[in-house]
Amino acid sequence: MEQQTSQVEVKPVNKAKVKNFLKVMWYLAAITAIEFAIAFTVPHEHKWIRIIVFIALTIVKAYYIVSEFMHLGHEKRSLKMSIVLPMLFVVFLIFIMIYQGDAILKALY
Amino acid sequence: MAESAVIVEEKGKNLWRGGVSPMKVSYGKLMMWFFLLSDAFTFSALLITYGLIRFSHPAYEGAVADFKFSQEYWPIPEKVFEAFPGMHALGIESAPLVFVGLMTFILIVSSVTMVLAVEAGERMDKKGVEKWMLWTILGGLTFLGCQAWEWGHFIHGSDMSMNAVGNFIKGAGLSQNQYGPPNFAALFFFITGFHGFHVFSGVVINFIIFYQATVGVFEKRGHYEMVEKVGLYWHFVDLVWVFVFTFFYLV
Repeated sequence: MEQQTSQVEVKPVNKAKVKNFLKVMWYLAAITAIEFAIAFTVPHEHKWIRIIVFIALTIVKAYYIVSEFMHLGHEKRSLKMSIVLPMLFVVFLIFIMIYQGDAILKALY
Repeated sequence: MAESAVIVEEKGKNLWRGGVSPMKVSYGKLMMWFFLLSDAFTFSALLITYGLIRFSHPAYEGAVADFKFSQEYWPIPEKVFEAFPGMHALGIESAPLVFVGLMTFILIVSSVTMVLAVEAGERMDKKGVEKWMLWTILGGLTFLGCQAWEWGHFIHGSDMSMNAVGNFIKGAGLSQNQYGPPNFAALFFFITGFHGFHVFSGVVINFIIFYQATVGVFEKRGHYEMVEKVGLYWHFVDLVWVFVFTFFYLV
C-alpha cells in the first residue's frame, strides 16, 4: 500500500491558475462591497436605478462564478450554449410575472 | 468504420459508450450540468414568485427614516435584517445587512477553497484535496450556523407590530409576522430554506468526497473527477446565494 501511494506523481501547484482564482475572489468581494455602498448611499426614492444596478452587478458576479469557478467559460461552445440559452426562458418568465404582479396590485388596491 | 475504430483506440478509453464525447466532458460532468440547469429553473421560479408577490403588494411610500413595520405594505429588507450576534452587548442599535454580508463572504471563500481542491485533484495531490475539502466543509457548516442564527432571530422577532385585525404580533410564523404581509415571511422561509437545504446536502456530499479522497478511492481510480463534479454543485449553491442576496436583501 505504502509503495503504491509513493508511485503517484504529484505535480507542482499551477500558480497561474491559483492566482486567477484569487483574482476572481477579490472581484466578487469588491462587487459585493460596491453593492453595499449603493444600498446605503443611493436613496430609496431612486427605486428603479437601484434595482437595475443591483441586477447588473449580480449578473457580473454570476458570470465570474460560472465562467471561472465552474469553468464553463473554458468549455466547448456547444456546452456553453446548452447551459446558457435555456436560461432565456427565465428572462421571459421574469417579465411576464412582474407584469402580472402589477396587474394584481391594480386589481386589489 | 475502420477509421472510427482507430480513433477510439487512440483515445485509450471511450468516455461515452458511443465512442467520442462531442462536448469534451465526461458523461457524469455533463449530467451534473444539466441537473444544475434544472435546479436553476427551480430557484428562478422561486425568486420570480417573490417578485410577483412583492409587486402585487403596495410598496412603502414614506421616508425611509420613518419606516415602521406594517401589514399594509411590503417591508424594506434592510429594516428587517439588521441584527448581528452580540450587537446589543456592544451598544450597537442596528447593523443593517452586515450579517448577510458576512454570510456572503463565507460562501465566496468556501467556493475558492473548493476550486483549490479541484486544482489539487488535477495534480493528483491527495493531501491538497483533503486540506481544501476540509476548509470547504468548514465554510459550509459556518454558513449553516449563521443561517440558523438568522432564522432564530427572524422567528423570535424584536419589536411588535399590529396585524390586519388589530392584534399585536412579535416575530414571524407561516401565517403572520411582525415585519409585513404574511407572504413576506413565508417566502423568506421557503427561499432561504430551500437554499439552506442545498448547502446542507452540499456539505454532506463534500464530506463523502473528502472521505473517499482520504481512503484513497480516487488515487486508485487514477483521477479526481468526482471532486470536480461536486465542486460544480458547490459553486452552484454559491451562485444561487448571490441571487438570493440581491433579490431578497438588497432590492
